[in-house]
Amino acid sequence: MAESSTEGVVQPTGFEFDAESNAAIDVVIAKYPSGRQASGVIPLLDIAQRQMKRQTGSAWVPRVAMDTVAKRLAMPPIRVYEVATFYLMFNVRPVGKFHLQLCTTTPCWLRGSDEVVKACREATGIKHFGETSADEMFTMTEVECLGACVNAPILQVDDDFYEDMDAARTKALIEALRRGERPQPGSMIGRQTSAPEGGPTTLTTLEFSANTATTGD
Amino acid sequence: MLADKDRIFTNLYGQHDWRLAGARARGDWDGTKAILELGRDKIVDEIKASGLRGRGGAGFPTGLKWSFMPKQSDGRPHYLIVNADESEPGTCKDRDILRHDPHKLIEGCLVASFAMGAHASYIYVRGEFYSEALNLQAAIDEAYAAGLIGKNACGSGWDFDLYLHRGAGAYICGEETGLLESLEGKKGMPRLKPPFPAAMGLYGCPSTVNNVESIAVAPTIIRRGAAWFTALGRPQNTGTKLFCLSGHVNKPCNVEEELGIPLRELIDTYAGGVRGGWDNLLAVIPGGASVPVIPKSVCDEVLMDFDSLRAVRSGLGTAAVIVMDKSTDIIRAIARLSQFYKHESCGQCTPCREGTGWMMRVMNRMVEGRAEVPEIDTLEQVTRQVEGHTICALGDAAAWPIQGLIRHFRPVMEERIAAYKARPGKPMPMAAE
Amino acid sequence: MAKVTVDGIEVEVPNGSNVLQACEAAGKEIPRFCYHERLSVAGNCRMCLVEIEKAPPKPISSCSWPVADGMVVHTDSPMVRNARRAVMEFLLINHPLDCPICDQGGECDLQDQAMGYGSDHSRYAENKRAVKDKNLGPLVKTVMTRCIHCTRCIRFISEVAGVPDLGATARGESMEVGTYVEKALSSELSGNIIDICPVGALTAKPYAFVARSWELTKTDSVDVLDAVGTNIRVDARGPEVLRILPRTNEDVNEEWLADKSRFALDGLKRRRLDHPWVRRNGKLQSATWPEAFAAIAEKIRGLAGDRIGAITGDLCDAESMLALKDLMTALGSANLDCRQDGAALDPTRRDFYTFNTSIAGIEEADAIVLIGTNPRKEAPILNARIRKRWMTGGCPIGLAGETADLTYDVTMLGAGPDKLTGVFVQVLRDAKKPMVIVGQGALARPDGAAVLAAAWKLAADVGALLPDWHGFNVLHAAAARVGGLDLGFIPGPGGKSLAQMLSGGVDLLWLLGADEFPTTRIGANTFVVYQGHHGDAGAARADIILPGAAYTEKHGTYVNTEGRVQRGFLAVYPPGEAREDWKILRAFSQVIGHPLPYDDLEALRRRLEQVNPVFGRVGFLPRFGCSDLTPPAGDPAAISAAPFVAPVTTYYQTDPISRASPTMAECTAVFVAPRMAAE
Repeated sequence: MAESSTEGVVQPTGFEFDAESNAAIDVVIAKYPSGRQASGVIPLLDIAQRQMKRQTGSAWVPRVAMDTVAKRLAMPPIRVYEVATFYLMFNVRPVGKFHLQLCTTTPCWLRGSDEVVKACREATGIKHFGETSADEMFTMTEVECLGACVNAPILQVDDDFYEDMDAARTKALIEALRRGERPQPGSMIGRQTSAPEGGPTTLTTLEFSANTATTGD
Repeated sequence: MLADKDRIFTNLYGQHDWRLAGARARGDWDGTKAILELGRDKIVDEIKASGLRGRGGAGFPTGLKWSFMPKQSDGRPHYLIVNADESEPGTCKDRDILRHDPHKLIEGCLVASFAMGAHASYIYVRGEFYSEALNLQAAIDEAYAAGLIGKNACGSGWDFDLYLHRGAGAYICGEETGLLESLEGKKGMPRLKPPFPAAMGLYGCPSTVNNVESIAVAPTIIRRGAAWFTALGRPQNTGTKLFCLSGHVNKPCNVEEELGIPLRELIDTYAGGVRGGWDNLLAVIPGGASVPVIPKSVCDEVLMDFDSLRAVRSGLGTAAVIVMDKSTDIIRAIARLSQFYKHESCGQCTPCREGTGWMMRVMNRMVEGRAEVPEIDTLEQVTRQVEGHTICALGDAAAWPIQGLIRHFRPVMEERIAAYKARPGKPMPMAAE
Repeated sequence: MAKVTVDGIEVEVPNGSNVLQACEAAGKEIPRFCYHERLSVAGNCRMCLVEIEKAPPKPISSCSWPVADGMVVHTDSPMVRNARRAVMEFLLINHPLDCPICDQGGECDLQDQAMGYGSDHSRYAENKRAVKDKNLGPLVKTVMTRCIHCTRCIRFISEVAGVPDLGATARGESMEVGTYVEKALSSELSGNIIDICPVGALTAKPYAFVARSWELTKTDSVDVLDAVGTNIRVDARGPEVLRILPRTNEDVNEEWLADKSRFALDGLKRRRLDHPWVRRNGKLQSATWPEAFAAIAEKIRGLAGDRIGAITGDLCDAESMLALKDLMTALGSANLDCRQDGAALDPTRRDFYTFNTSIAGIEEADAIVLIGTNPRKEAPILNARIRKRWMTGGCPIGLAGETADLTYDVTMLGAGPDKLTGVFVQVLRDAKKPMVIVGQGALARPDGAAVLAAAWKLAADVGALLPDWHGFNVLHAAAARVGGLDLGFIPGPGGKSLAQMLSGGVDLLWLLGADEFPTTRIGANTFVVYQGHHGDAGAARADIILPGAAYTEKHGTYVNTEGRVQRGFLAVYPPGEAREDWKILRAFSQVIGHPLPYDDLEALRRRLEQVNPVFGRVGFLPRFGCSDLTPPAGDPAAISAAPFVAPVTTYYQTDPISRASPTMAECTAVFVAPRMAAE
């Protein structure tokens, strides 16, 4: 099923931005010149999706929310539908409490993303990408390159990147999530971000003081 | 080996404070006002003299690009747009700048915007970089609070506003006009060119779109001088570059090195070598998914810069080095890229919309070997029919990896087909003729 | 101008042209699917690729590339031929090979181009894409698997129709054209997307599987379902009109056609009057022509001319109106009226009742005020021209009347005529070419004459009446109205108006296709002759019914709201015993011994020209300014504050033909009924 399909989705009948969202919207709209508020469509859809997560536990954008965004930005609704279905971070179907986004593009695949996918399936009981577990805890989505390839493979849970994954670490992560824990995102093998395993081999000779730089003339 | 003192991104791994105090300690925001006092022309000339080529993949000279902006405003505002939609498979360098060195980028935005007469700049960050965007926004807020940007930025008399804009998951928004469309609130469908952004970009105004790394290195280049930069690297391929070493290496990492470093040295020195040793190397995609793969025989000698890689019919791209050892199913590695491009095609123009799907499906059969040998030629022709016929470069990017595969690994493909045919039992029925 | 060499042929084209236009100027045909002269450039189909010297060394989309002086273009080089073949192959891999069951077959751009650039076999060995069809309402049928994503329909609906309902959702090869929410297209111009769709993705729902294009005889005609005078082509097979399409006329409809005019044609087959009827003992009974004529003749005998009257309807051709007028004159009657709605039109001067700026002239206006009109409903094609002007900017538009979505922004100036002062007057005054457009909703009311005078005064005050610019315009809704006024189908000296003829003002009332006034107000003892083509309101009240011809069944002259004289030709013969209307009148005149002085159409048309020379000027409309500032009759100060009432409430059903159309009934149910329920 195409990611943009909304067939069979039970759509809520109403959506209004809450106070928290409205505050965020004010910040967004101030970024663009007057008359160019359509620039805010992606941010507003994101705000709507986050509000749905707060209110229902599922981060998705129902039709009515798209209509609300359209009205707020004085855009024809179809232009919002186009955007909402073009950008894949918008879920036009409800997702589980945890959105497991698995990168399987070549750099992650080379580092074992197949194992991560398999572990996810086993730990959640989900058979295919795009599906939600029976307990509505997890949705598995196949995503394209997440831009963290030197820490491949990557499993993105909601906003968080869990890096340097393998099957065991994936299962442990999912179990932790089930228990209501939220492990610290980042490298799961304790690497210093994108530095090589075992610690940086460059940038080791520099010292910085409060006010003067050691680099720069 | 590049000396640490010549490295620009001194907090690449985030060991140090990424906030303003830490950035200042590393030399950022040092004498920025004096840089602006050089004037527009001097800044552009210095960047031109440095030979800096765009770090986003195309390698177009940055100073020249800046010089395309109108010298005088016709009343329309000018914009600098920073492309932080880092999505090219294999590439994860801008991410480190955004989260660990945001002030380098912010200072670069001020300098570049000033040099192009822009009072406003947007940084378009891919939506998945959520925590990176939080860091960047915090840094922007700090810069405003410290008077470094905003009204009378750095006391220079120049007003400058900087905004962060998050995307929402579309590789095509890394194409500069797709990015502009997206920033205007539309689908990220690349525009027809001409008109080019410098004439008609964001909101119909003169605009320049630059990669994060290109902008972030600009203040350091000006502070240390074009001569310092040109002394690094090779002619026409000057300076340092962030390399992303991923795939079958012992220690994947990001590292800043001189352009022109031999590929083998790069992998051996920084990534702990190829898994199983250099002789276990099969092939490398040297510049992100879009550039053709090169086999080990080429990897042995090739230098990592724009012109050297072009000479071996590949490219430096984003300098994202994807290493594949001999255990790799190279057909599947490339087929997965074909899936990527099919997935990321915006769907606007015919050759890309239809061709990426066609190529992916044939490639998927090639992985199994469920094909006929002449289909390899058909596939090659299809890539030629996509290449050069599309609105933007995504079509080319989808075509090149397959062309590289066929160029260097055709025997592997033929073997796969033969093996499939030789399988015991009835052959799978072919799709309808 | 730029000099461009195309395949060795040197042409000069205006700067700002694109390469495709230059190639056409050189006589080189460039294949294209997405490019359309009247829409924004999309450049997405990639079929129009050409080779340009000293440009990037790859094929270049000619539709989007601007010409430059000295440019050298090749349209038939190996590079170009290969590129076109490549694009054609891509277009076809996922396009179904269902031409035999496709309604576009025979008039399909893709089919045609595939002959030139396609291959005789497919190299695509994978499964073809299947796309779910969309429900766009009762008019447009979709077979979305055939869609080639050229986005012409999307651009038309947003740019020309101004109703942004259509879009392309999702992306890549999953991209689908549609409304996303499965809603019917709420535009009165939706049928045009069928014409501009280059493949069989969008076809006419009522026409589905009805005929093949090569089976049809095609006849040029003029639409009569509004007063725009849209140029049409009537496609018929045998006795049946199967399709109506627009003909290009840059000055009138460009290449568009409104939905009612396109789709009401199934009303031509229903509720038809195909033989005469005579009321006997209170009941209408079938009769022969001689019986019907005799019954009328008997009634007329002994009636003073003053006791006879005639009213013409909104769809009448000028020939039949003149024949009826001449008949009435011969009978000594000056009781004539062509204004069924009682609009206070001043017939004394032509520019008091025509759309003087002209439809094309709208594009020159720089401020417009609409008074008592909803042009979107009354004249969708003309409304599209206003929108076209508005889109280019610098043309503020004011509206006095009912609030409505006209597809462009308007400044509301109150619901009635009393707020036509104030700031917007200054906007009009500041404009160089202001336009005042008065609709029938402003005139068909007790103070209509005052409103007309006030509108004229406004035009005069704001400088809309200049020697080289006539900014005073009357927008009609009835196709016959201007023709009727031109030939003087109005009360003669001492004659009675429509209102005076009703309630027993005459003893014999001849209705020529007149169905749009309250027939219940006809005096109980008035003997009614209804001559027309549909069993509608007039026929229901008639004592005698004379079956006439619908507009597709006769040669007729029509004058549109601009005062443009146009002719339609007979496409099919009237059904059964029905006859062309002027011939019926000519025959009857013989019966009562007052033979009309013309035996053929030529003679009748000479007579038309004699009555008013404008009828000699077919097709062409000279532009003129205003040389005489004398206002129309009526006291501008006598306006009331009563809100304007729209004359057209149900766009899809405004006349006997569209009321007889099941398709139009369905449109009303889908589009109008829910809106009314909501209000």
